[in-house]
Amino acid sequence: MSSQPQPQRQAAGVDERPAPPAADATPWRRLDPKMLVVQPLREVIRLLPLLAGILLAGSTTGRGGLWGLAGAGVAIVVGLLRWYTTTYRVAAGQVQVRRGLLRRETINVPLDRVRTVDISASPMHRILGLTRVTVGTGQSDLKRDSALRLDGLSAADAERLRAELLRRPDRVAAPSGAGEEVLAFAPPSWARYGPFTLSGFVTVFVVLGFAWRILSEARIDPRRLGPVTAGYRDVAAAPWLGAAVILAVLLALVAAASTIGYLLAFWGFRVVRSPDGSLQVARGLISTRSTTIEERRLRGAELSEPLLLRLVRGARLIAIATGLRVGRGAERGGTLLLPPAPREEAVRVAAAVLRTAEPVAAPLARHGAAAHRRRYTRVLTAWLVIVVVLLALSRLTPLPDWTLVASVVLLPAVAALAFDRYRSLGHALVGRVVVTSRGSLVRRRVMLASDGIIGWNLTRSFFQRRSGLATLVATTAAGRQAYPVQDVALDEAVRVADRAVPDLLAPFLVSEEPDPA
Amino acid sequence: MVVAHDDLQRWHLVALAVTVVVAAAHLAVMPQWRYRVHRWEATASAVYTQAGWFSQERRIAPISRIQTVDTQRGPLEQLFGLSNVTITTASAAGPLKIHGLDRELAQTLVDDLVRAAELTRGDAT
Repeated sequence: MSSQPQPQRQAAGVDERPAPPAADATPWRRLDPKMLVVQPLREVIRLLPLLAGILLAGSTTGRGGLWGLAGAGVAIVVGLLRWYTTTYRVAAGQVQVRRGLLRRETINVPLDRVRTVDISASPMHRILGLTRVTVGTGQSDLKRDSALRLDGLSAADAERLRAELLRRPDRVAAPSGAGEEVLAFAPPSWARYGPFTLSGFVTVFVVLGFAWRILSEARIDPRRLGPVTAGYRDVAAAPWLGAAVILAVLLALVAAASTIGYLLAFWGFRVVRSPDGSLQVARGLISTRSTTIEERRLRGAELSEPLLLRLVRGARLIAIATGLRVGRGAERGGTLLLPPAPREEAVRVAAAVLRTAEPVAAPLARHGAAAHRRRYTRVLTAWLVIVVVLLALSRLTPLPDWTLVASVVLLPAVAALAFDRYRSLGHALVGRVVVTSRGSLVRRRVMLASDGIIGWNLTRSFFQRRSGLATLVATTAAGRQAYPVQDVALDEAVRVADRAVPDLLAPFLVSEEPDPA
Repeated sequence: MVVAHDDLQRWHLVALAVTVVVAAAHLAVMPQWRYRVHRWEATASAVYTQAGWFSQERRIAPISRIQTVDTQRGPLEQLFGLSNVTITTASAAGPLKIHGLDRELAQTLVDDLVRAAELTRGDAT
């Protein structure tokens, strides 16, 4: 061992196996040649606001436009080169991708490390019959994951690759379509849950930003437009009414955008269980996406109920599978098992996916008075800090009156939040499944199979130690990587951890040692 | 907002005094507290750590789920002949860290853990 302070890393016998011999005769395959059309088109579309601005303004004033065009030209050339340099094949138990012009790289992934195969298609892909294949390997390193993306295979090639990637020698190949079981189907009427997700919020602002960019590229000053000026005068005359009207219009826009977004993303949403032991999740109206999750990687499910969705008795369901990270956005990075839907339906699908109805229906153990008190003290402390800061600020500089009024008015809401947060807390051990629930703004009920749990973290702050509580975190390679049982009595935490994963804690539980601090 | 120059200077002094007092108290309390809390143990089947002071955390991971075992030594640690050992599992949330081990002991621990982890099949997820 050298005396350098660099980290020394030793793999524990589970990683890195030799690459197949280079002389393997399996031919390398290319992306679909139609990608040579898609790439330039995509760049042109990205330039649309700029082009629209140039056309509307009537001339190319300034250098910005020219530089934009030059950049697009470079991007197109790079895109074309990418097609020529990218090849892939499945050989000797590995999937291999070769790419790069100046820096050639070959990516080898053993087939038994492939956890998910995701096939998506943008509108342009669909017109040309192309798809994009993303192979999830479950590496905690996200860069490696994005490395295994093949943009631009024909639909048939993509299906063939998916079959090759997920084929296992121990599995009997079933004729496609036979023995498939539809676990969930989302009818278009569920779009009524769209407005309660607020997913349109981002869309509205993106569209507004897009419009603004076109206007500014075209050098149009919106303040000079007739209707805007008139509206501005009205608002200035009655600020409260104006604010209310603007708010209402914005809310209506967001609700409409959310509903449309719901329809676009989740049209024809289906979860199908194939006889080869995988779940196929397909969805999308214009852009389509189909994710395959192997059932042997499935470690559980998460029933998530955002506050607004709870008001209309809705919920959504998210898969907990190794190698499948819970992403952001309405589709949760491909982990979604059911978009916002009636709660009963989400519960039914959870039971169908997990093959048992018990974990999702089981009553949860409450966390007791100490946990209840802690909800109030934590929320009230945060509130108090804000009020104190406001008071301190008001001594230095005059603040508008409504800030202090608002903080007093907010107090009942804050208390209600604390109460709701307590009501959400709960846990249970149902057979071999750990169930834990928490959260108010988003209440999540997590059902995690205990063979997916690869360790426990037991966290106790000073205040938690004083009130005899602990937060027990189950660590896992699946989903969000860590699922906490928040503010549970210490002996209960130890009991749950010990019973969920037998023999792990036992050697360390010989005697009740006194707390060292 | 009008604050006299003298006023401002006084506030600076108060802030300095408070900082010094808090830092001194922190230096007097935190290292000892940490040292009293820190524990680790490795059996044939699992690794256990306990760390922290104001907020404390115990972590436990079975040997069969270990992915990598790392050692790191910063300049100060090299001076004192110490090593830090980090044991990662397939979960991004669960690395176990043992700080300030004697260098030989750390190397023995790493070798033992790697050997034990090699015995298990599968991809430890």
